[in-house]
Amino acid sequence: MTDPVLRLEDIVKTFPGVRALDGVSFAVMPGEVHALMGENGAGKSTLMKVLGGIHQPTEGAIFVGNEQVVMAGPLEAKAKGIVFIHQELSLAEELSVAENIYLGELPRKRFGMVDWATLRERTNAILAKLNVGFDAATRVGDLSIANQQMVEIARALTVDAKAVIFDEPTASLTDAEKVVLFDVIADLKASGVGIIYISHRMEEIFKITDRISILRDGQYQGTVNTAETTEEAVTQMMIGRKLDLTRNASHHDLGDVALEVRGLSCGKLYEDVSFEIRRGEVVGFYGLVGAGRTEIAETLFGLRTPSAGTIRLAGQEVRIGSPTEAIARGISLVPEDRKGQGLVLGMNCRDNMTLPQVDDLTAGPFMAEGAEVAIFDQYRDRLDIRTPGWKQKVGNLSGGNQQKIVIGKWLSMHPEVLIVDEPTRGIDVGSKSEIHKLLRGLAAQGYAVMVISSEMPEVLHVSDRIVAMYSGRIMRTFTSDEVTEDSLIQAISGLGTSSEVA
Amino acid sequence: MKQGTLSKALKGGAIWGFIVLELVFFSIAGEYLSLSDKAFMDWENMLLLFKQSAPIGIIAMGMTIVMVNGNIDLSVGATFAIAAIILLDSMTWPIFAGLGDWVIPLAWLLALLVGTALGALNGFIVWKTGVDAFIVTLGSMLGYRGIVFMFNGENPTSHLNWTLVDFAEAEFLGFATATWFLLGVTLIMWFVMARTVHGRNAYAIGDNREAAVNAGIRVGPHMMINFAIIGFLAALSAVVFYSESGSVNPNDGQLYELWVITAVVLGGTKITGGAGNVIGTFGGVIAIQLLRKGLGHIGADTSTVNLVIGLILIAVLFLDKQLNVKGKEELRV
Repeated sequence: MTDPVLRLEDIVKTFPGVRALDGVSFAVMPGEVHALMGENGAGKSTLMKVLGGIHQPTEGAIFVGNEQVVMAGPLEAKAKGIVFIHQELSLAEELSVAENIYLGELPRKRFGMVDWATLRERTNAILAKLNVGFDAATRVGDLSIANQQMVEIARALTVDAKAVIFDEPTASLTDAEKVVLFDVIADLKASGVGIIYISHRMEEIFKITDRISILRDGQYQGTVNTAETTEEAVTQMMIGRKLDLTRNASHHDLGDVALEVRGLSCGKLYEDVSFEIRRGEVVGFYGLVGAGRTEIAETLFGLRTPSAGTIRLAGQEVRIGSPTEAIARGISLVPEDRKGQGLVLGMNCRDNMTLPQVDDLTAGPFMAEGAEVAIFDQYRDRLDIRTPGWKQKVGNLSGGNQQKIVIGKWLSMHPEVLIVDEPTRGIDVGSKSEIHKLLRGLAAQGYAVMVISSEMPEVLHVSDRIVAMYSGRIMRTFTSDEVTEDSLIQAISGLGTSSEVA
Repeated sequence: MKQGTLSKALKGGAIWGFIVLELVFFSIAGEYLSLSDKAFMDWENMLLLFKQSAPIGIIAMGMTIVMVNGNIDLSVGATFAIAAIILLDSMTWPIFAGLGDWVIPLAWLLALLVGTALGALNGFIVWKTGVDAFIVTLGSMLGYRGIVFMFNGENPTSHLNWTLVDFAEAEFLGFATATWFLLGVTLIMWFVMARTVHGRNAYAIGDNREAAVNAGIRVGPHMMINFAIIGFLAALSAVVFYSESGSVNPNDGQLYELWVITAVVLGGTKITGGAGNVIGTFGGVIAIQLLRKGLGHIGADTSTVNLVIGLILIAVLFLDKQLNVKGKEELRV
């Protein structure tokens, strides 16, 4: 038996308060395509960062060939033959394809001149292997995203790679381009390179990989031979049993339709999206990152212009041209990135809370401070925000209380429709369930609530209905009674039944 | 795709179109408004324009690589003044007495070395502290100017060396010495930016710094080299100019940084880095000088010149932003 090209032994990585990786061990053999699977947040990215030298493991060892190594940084990983093809493209758009492929390693002539002839020759040789329709001199910014991805892949072919790690490589590729990619992978495989293939797409995994390793909550669940397993078995390993515990069971009477969306599209970000949300209802939007959920929310909030489709609020068709209009029509958005988009961290609690309505809270030319404090007090009591007082800087509060401030801010604008994007990102477990309770409570009070989340337990826990999205389309809408983890995972991986209107 | 090509054609050719527009406008307007009866597009006048473009132009070539690299240098005006003082004062130093005209290359070398060192110091601080180049060079702009005033108070520093003046006023093939320096610097900087590994890495760093770091490009040293280059060129600009004038006021070179940046941006260099070239910058320099001369030609005073250039700069950046919007579905901010 040959030795593995890359072997991980009991890798543990802890961050303050979190055990992100807990005893991960697996080995990649030469000429093997090894899939790494797990839900969002299962620890795949952390593991890749450990492999790439961006994070150092707290415990455990990495072996390249038979040699134990310490990856001090991205360069060292590359020098040892570990090459990454990142999901986010890391290219210089203004430079040519050739310069990007040999970034940092441009061939030189005398006087530090670039050896353009050699550069072009080598690049075109690699591009010929990849069978792409552009040449070495093309400016990268002029290429489609898919072709930019091919440039990334071409980079991996410039070094004597021992292991190549593909992170969601097909996320932005068409079917024809996928065929080319799979040919490239087959070639690498034939030449004895070990490949780690990270993807959520079951059909690809079963088509091209030899073995599958599965992570769940940072823990290694095992490695199986692809030929001897099924999609169901893998899904079960990914989600485990622990998720069944808190399915949303509470039902209350639903009111009229508050928000109705028909055939909404926005370029290629999402297409032909239709759904409705009633008063008193929480509708969860579940899907992978990049499925188009946040973009829908941004459109409803007037941040993007839809290319087709209609939006109705309480039965009336509306055009929402700006956030100001959205707020005036009763739509509020609690954004994904709380600290970046939702709060002014250096400002105090009261001022953050009343930020959208400072124009109205005036006494002559001055701020009506009393009215502001009154609003703050009202929502502090209603949402149970724990802070020493309104003068406290928001940056000093815990994540859960910060999120409550943002929610309070929007509730004070008296919305009809409340959109919450990733309500509990970066919030500790205790506060999570409080936020969940709060969202359910708001629905009970008659708000129409749209929750976008990448965490399955959360979606299952808070939603009356769940909209499953995959690459810009609604795959299926489930009621909370009929949904199962399996069917949900299948729908968001593009395997579910054909598109169904809510 | 169509949008992309149009915007590129506009951006690439815009500065030259603008220059033609200026020439036509001032030629026609000059017929009616000018006090002199000489035509605006007179050959002598154009030669003078090239020569007058040199001080700003030489520095602008260095600013192009610094800005492409994703940095900026506000201290060039002060470096210019320091180099001028070193040049003129060193020729009177007792240790150099008895060298005769051999003092000239020595004074030049000294001034250029000091300029390079001041630039390299900026770069070193940016590299090692990680503080934004804007802030670092804002500080050194004030600091270097302070050194200028410490040297001789409010008084000018003067020294005339007639050999040097002859050299500076010489003409070769019709072009003045300063013009030749501008052309030479443009050519060399074009070569550095387009043909050398250092130049291409500078583009990569300005375009996508993270990608450059991941690819193993050593960002800091490249940035320091570029700051040293612009320091050298600021000193070279001073050396060429003051060889002729022979007298430097402590306020000389003030606002040069703004003229230089204006020329570079007009010439199509992206203020965020990653794109731009010295040919465009050359166009930007000529365009500004034409505007100054042209407005003078039709009788406008200096304050009008500043107002017009300011408006044009904002208009250009607005146009650039409009051309770069990717599509309707882009996030509104």
